[in-house]
Amino acid sequence: MTKAIEVTELVKRYKSADTNAVDNISFEVEAGQLFALLGPNGAGKTTTISILNTTLAPTGGVAKIAGYNVNTQSSEVRQNIGVIFQNPSLDMNLTAEENVRFHAILYGLYGFRPTYRMMPKAYRNKVEQLASILGIEKDIFKPIKTFSGGMKRKLEILRSLLHEPRVLILDEPSVGLDPLSRRNLWEYIQQVREDSGTTVLLTTHYLDEAEGADTLCVINQGKIVSYGSTQKIKAELVEEYLLLDAADRNALRMELTSKSIPFTEEGQIRVNAQPEDIHDLLRSIETPLTSVETHLPTLEDAYLAITGEVTV
Amino acid sequence: MIRELNGILALAYRDVTKLLRDRPRMVSTLVFPFVFIAILGGSFQASFGSEMGFNLLTFTFTGVYAQTLFSSAAQGIVSLIEDRENDFSQEIFISPISRYSIVFGKIFGEAMVALFQGVAMILFAFILRIPVTPLQLGGLLFVGTIASLFGAAFGMLIMPNLPNQRAATQIFPFLIFPQFFLAGVFNPLRNLPWYLDVLSRISPMRYPVDLTRNIFYANSEEYAQVVLDTPLMNITVMAAMFAVFMVVGTWSFVRNERNR
Repeated sequence: MTKAIEVTELVKRYKSADTNAVDNISFEVEAGQLFALLGPNGAGKTTTISILNTTLAPTGGVAKIAGYNVNTQSSEVRQNIGVIFQNPSLDMNLTAEENVRFHAILYGLYGFRPTYRMMPKAYRNKVEQLASILGIEKDIFKPIKTFSGGMKRKLEILRSLLHEPRVLILDEPSVGLDPLSRRNLWEYIQQVREDSGTTVLLTTHYLDEAEGADTLCVINQGKIVSYGSTQKIKAELVEEYLLLDAADRNALRMELTSKSIPFTEEGQIRVNAQPEDIHDLLRSIETPLTSVETHLPTLEDAYLAITGEVTV
Repeated sequence: MIRELNGILALAYRDVTKLLRDRPRMVSTLVFPFVFIAILGGSFQASFGSEMGFNLLTFTFTGVYAQTLFSSAAQGIVSLIEDRENDFSQEIFISPISRYSIVFGKIFGEAMVALFQGVAMILFAFILRIPVTPLQLGGLLFVGTIASLFGAAFGMLIMPNLPNQRAATQIFPFLIFPQFFLAGVFNPLRNLPWYLDVLSRISPMRYPVDLTRNIFYANSEEYAQVVLDTPLMNITVMAAMFAVFMVVGTWSFVRNERNR
């Protein structure tokens, strides 16, 4: 079966740059997956997305969406993607309905008509349905500039799904949204995935958003530094350990040494342990403990370790 | 093909809708030509009209009419830069219609916007009591369409080479204002030194201005005094320039958008 997205040895160097913004990256996304590209600012996320949405030519390598080459079959690729950009790409001079109509005509869903009333019944039904989902039945004919940030984002997503794309590309979609709008947006994206099975490619630097991804690809300075499920990435890159302390710390040291339990001292005594071994380890220690602290890594720990910002 | 055509119409319609909703722009685009015609043309006529042997108000009207349509359409194409900076152009560029349809839609739209101004200017002519016969009215609309499309093509040549809105604001007037004088919008072109004559002949604006006068003054006594070249010459030069502007401009635009 054709992969939703295939990226092979992709390279991009901007005209005036000395280094590659994207440096020989490869990844695949199965149909229906939520795939997150995670990385700090300037990592190459938006460059990768721009190549995938055909607005930027790669310097080398191959990228395919739904089996179509982004460089040589750009029209077919564009027919198969919906894109939400970092900054809203709505026309503020037009009403919500006009923005939707403009999109529908550009994607060949309906022929051009100068007014809403002249559009086919099927289109008008669709607009009524969209307005109902957004709860803007009264405002659908009002200029976009009167809408809130969250509402604009939702409208963009609805608009981008009009032509039923196989891949929805979201480039940091929740930047600038308040927490409630962010949560609503994510609930809506999850609902879209459940309803239509759309593949979602997401770039973000919000770790909680990436945590829900089926596959995570961490990039830094144009290169992939970690790739796989969130559990795999956390397990590979961050150690799980216990921090112990006792009133008689010397006795604790001697007991651990006598029982061949490796440890290090960083203020407290640190013992590496997988979650399933913690219980047995604690039962085996006879020295009275005054403090026990488990350290299970978060994605944030892994991310900071991967991008070299913190050593865990 | 049908989708491309619908896309072109939608893009053009968007430009017209934007103009109709932008009241400050509407007012400024209408006031500027009015000031040129009424104040500049009126004062020229009062000062030099009797010496020239033809009505300088009418002369200025025909020049400003063609110049406004040409400049407005060119300026409109440059507004693609504004779209790019406002991120709206992303919505257009990720749609499946071709880059060439985007260019044609934009040119068609800006030509329509410019023609809207042209109609308003013809109304000014009536207010200023410049005599316009029904035949001249038809001629003005016909040549106005040509001037608008030609101006849009000129904008297409310039736009891909302007990196941002700031550069557009600073550079575009340098490319347009000298042409006002080299095209003879307000000033009859007589006895130019050779270097100004060369510059005048390579100024694109000269040809729609002269074609407008060719049509407006056809069969009149002043014809020989106000026109520079024959209509055939004007149309031939404009057709050649139009082809070059479109090919080079569209090619640069498409290349620059993707090869950053």
